[in-house]
Amino acid sequence: MSAITPEMVAAHQLTEAEYQKIVAILGREPTYTELGIFGVMWSEHCSYKSSRLHLKKLPTRSKVVVQGPGENAGIVDIGDGYAIAFKIESHNHPSFIEPFQGAATGVGGILRDIFTMGARPIAVMDALRFGPLDDPETGSRNRRILTGVVAGIAHYGNCFGVPTVGGETQFEASYSGNPLVNVFALGVFKKSDIFYARAAGVGNPVIYVGAKTGKDGIHGASMASAEFTEESKQKRPNVQVGDPFMEKLLLEACLEAMRTGAIVGIQDMGAAGLTCSTCEMGSRGNVGIEIDLQYVPQREAGMTPYEIMLSESQERMLLVAEKGREEEVFAVFRKWGLDAATIGVVTNDGMLRVKDHGRVVAEIPNRALADDAPIYDRPYTKPFRKAPMEPPPGFYVPRDYNDCLKTILASGDVCSKRWIWEQYDYQVRTNTLEGPGGDAAIVRIKETGKSVAMALDGNGRYCHLDPREGAKLLVAECCRNLSTVGALPVAATNNLNFGNPERPEIMAQLVETIEGMAEACAFFETPITGGNVSLYNETLGEPIYPTPVLGIVGVLETRTPVGIHFRNDARVVLLLGGLGSSDPVRMGGTQFAKAVVQAEWGLPPALDMEYEKRVQAAVREIVREGLVESAHDLSDGGLAVALAECSFGEAGVGAFVNLESALDPATLLFHEGPSRVLLSTAEPERVEAVARRHGVEALRIGVTAAGRFRISNHGADLVNLDLPELKQVWENGLENLLHA
Amino acid sequence: MKFGVIVFPGSNCDHDAWYAITRNLGQQAEMIWHDSATLGDVDAVILPGGFSYGDYLRCGAIAKFSPVMKAVKEFAAAGGLVAGICNGFQILVESGLLPGALIRNRNLRFICRTVDLEVETTNSPFTCNATQGQILRIPIAHGEGCYVADERTLDELEAEDRVLFRYVDNPNGSLRNIAGILNRGRNVMGMMPHPERASDPLMGSTDGLVILQSMVSAHALSFP
Repeated sequence: MSAITPEMVAAHQLTEAEYQKIVAILGREPTYTELGIFGVMWSEHCSYKSSRLHLKKLPTRSKVVVQGPGENAGIVDIGDGYAIAFKIESHNHPSFIEPFQGAATGVGGILRDIFTMGARPIAVMDALRFGPLDDPETGSRNRRILTGVVAGIAHYGNCFGVPTVGGETQFEASYSGNPLVNVFALGVFKKSDIFYARAAGVGNPVIYVGAKTGKDGIHGASMASAEFTEESKQKRPNVQVGDPFMEKLLLEACLEAMRTGAIVGIQDMGAAGLTCSTCEMGSRGNVGIEIDLQYVPQREAGMTPYEIMLSESQERMLLVAEKGREEEVFAVFRKWGLDAATIGVVTNDGMLRVKDHGRVVAEIPNRALADDAPIYDRPYTKPFRKAPMEPPPGFYVPRDYNDCLKTILASGDVCSKRWIWEQYDYQVRTNTLEGPGGDAAIVRIKETGKSVAMALDGNGRYCHLDPREGAKLLVAECCRNLSTVGALPVAATNNLNFGNPERPEIMAQLVETIEGMAEACAFFETPITGGNVSLYNETLGEPIYPTPVLGIVGVLETRTPVGIHFRNDARVVLLLGGLGSSDPVRMGGTQFAKAVVQAEWGLPPALDMEYEKRVQAAVREIVREGLVESAHDLSDGGLAVALAECSFGEAGVGAFVNLESALDPATLLFHEGPSRVLLSTAEPERVEAVARRHGVEALRIGVTAAGRFRISNHGADLVNLDLPELKQVWENGLENLLHA
Repeated sequence: MKFGVIVFPGSNCDHDAWYAITRNLGQQAEMIWHDSATLGDVDAVILPGGFSYGDYLRCGAIAKFSPVMKAVKEFAAAGGLVAGICNGFQILVESGLLPGALIRNRNLRFICRTVDLEVETTNSPFTCNATQGQILRIPIAHGEGCYVADERTLDELEAEDRVLFRYVDNPNGSLRNIAGILNRGRNVMGMMPHPERASDPLMGSTDGLVILQSMVSAHALSFP
């Protein structure tokens, strides 16, 4: 066997110190296969070695959390004997190299995380970030990446038969060389039917099911743990190819096999494939696993042990069955036309032992591999930021606010994303009560009379200006989204997308974000039950904005949702939470700054978490009591944009709003102060009574009006537009950018 | 009345059809696995939506070789009611039970959207409870739903009153705005829109129920 050279160690992205730790664990030099196994398991992607120390600060428990971080997905009790499993994961790097397959396999991977626990996936959402579509230099590539990613998500989710019910899409220059594709999935099951990824029972067979192993995706996890360079474009073969039909069969077969009662533990093969699934299942169960690679179903002849162990071929699962009941499992997989083979056995020695035709090629203590990865306390300083604190002179220029509103509504971040979400089947399984375009998606659980609401939010801009405050705003916004549809937020999953943690000012972004998120998640009682960290999102030394993405879930009674759109003429429009306030410094992260002033500066909006919580409690009660005909929270673009979005329903009902405020017009119309929700109602007194009881302002700002869109301050028009024309601007925004 | 819902590997609207029939319509339904050689005692057959066998070759092209399709053909030949929805329509076309073909949408993208359909004929067991010209709001969700056929076939479909539904605002480029058709015996129908998704008040529309209710009425008439 060839000796390990420093070049081989470096090629596996292991440091000299890490290599010495491996030698100490093994008590000898590793074999080449073992080096490969350590390389992937100790990669940033699999080991969280830069973030783990800080992730511990996040709250992870509550009365309803059944399973927190550490399993394939978090689990929350939703009552009536049912539970939901959910998680978010990134597929950023593969989606840059090969957008269609990169995004498709991102969907495939997170779906497996859900059904490996025994839950049937019932919803997917995506948080997408790209470079500007109309940039003269990078625009054409950004457009190609967006269309590829969207088609890939549609291809996989639609064929698999899970509805893609919502998400978000944003654009910033920092994502040009580094798009973000974060996929969230949620499944439902009976609480009694939960399966864990733990091996148990010495002598029990270890069974491989699903697609055959090929050479695709080798080193995917390590690729996802490095910055992009010119060479990265050569790494296309590292991206796997997805087969959603195979995954659909795997889903049905796994759920059916679980019902036999013969399965002890099960885990999907995702990043680091067979390596990760064997050592993690062994480590969690405090047992050893011995496999012989000759029994692994293979797509091509002549694969080396190294390649088989590191392959990231999709649509594969590893399970441990009760000894003597293998045939019950095999019968199910035969029915679905899938490969299933016993490849090994559970042992009592705590080792991962890999044989090839009886010859040992790797022998490593499971626990050392899965849990003893190095943990780094990386140095951090002040968060990296490129923006000045004071606004540019252009901020103070008087403007035509009709034009400002149209510019913001046509911009990539704010415009209608219909072009994207119409490519997703958001209705399959006939549970989608509220699909894309609402504040939160609502999916009913047919079995219980309850529904699950879910929202995804991220805001790289706020977090760039102030990671700690940005993270808190994010939690508040996501919880507000759920409260606005009447749901109580109960738990969260996070995807932390950052640059290179070895740079202290990037590490500082990560640390401050996690601490801000921890504080807000504790305050809003939404523990983090799992998630994903994606680091090294840099291309040629340019880091992305610090971009935490949060998925929060809530529970509500099944009923027809209220929706965001004004439905009837002559209803009172109320602004719950009041007009709020801002100042020039805090306008620097808004959509007004981005789309109109075309600059970034200052700080994100100020958040009062106590007040926010009261506003959310009030809106939940108002919506649940059926006191309003529409409810929509204010976020990107502030009051004017939220009013426009409320007016873009099928009914064609807009509003005539008259404000009495001392704020300057741009701030009044477009500031993004949180804790505000727009309501339309025929019973304003009852709404006001609820607001009063919660100690929250409920300001009557106008009335709904068919076909009209008018906002004035002290009786003087700021915005006065024909509603159908305004809606067109918003509807056509994305397509215009795509054809730029 | 008992409906049989055929389940191919890759069907994913099978359960939605089952739910609409049993819960919203209040009739019986039974799942029939694709390798079954018989249909049992069902009174009507639904071929549901989805991606049978992954539809990697051509939608429905592999499903037509499924053992159950032989039984479906015999059932149809004997006058049994067969309704193909979305992928089911594609399979019926591939099997030769209905004329024409379904090709990629005009914009080359998958489209999920609720559309307006106009009922073209009530002279069928699938629309007998509807009214001529009635507008139904029913979702579509397909990548290959553009209905095409040669001019003679299209003329024939119209002359024989076999166009069941037309799109009011054609979403996918279907010739003559065709959204659903009948066979010559008027007992086999295919449509791209999903009536099972418009059967529950919570889903925003119950306009799809009239199609399932028509099948129940037609069945009651033929077996009084």
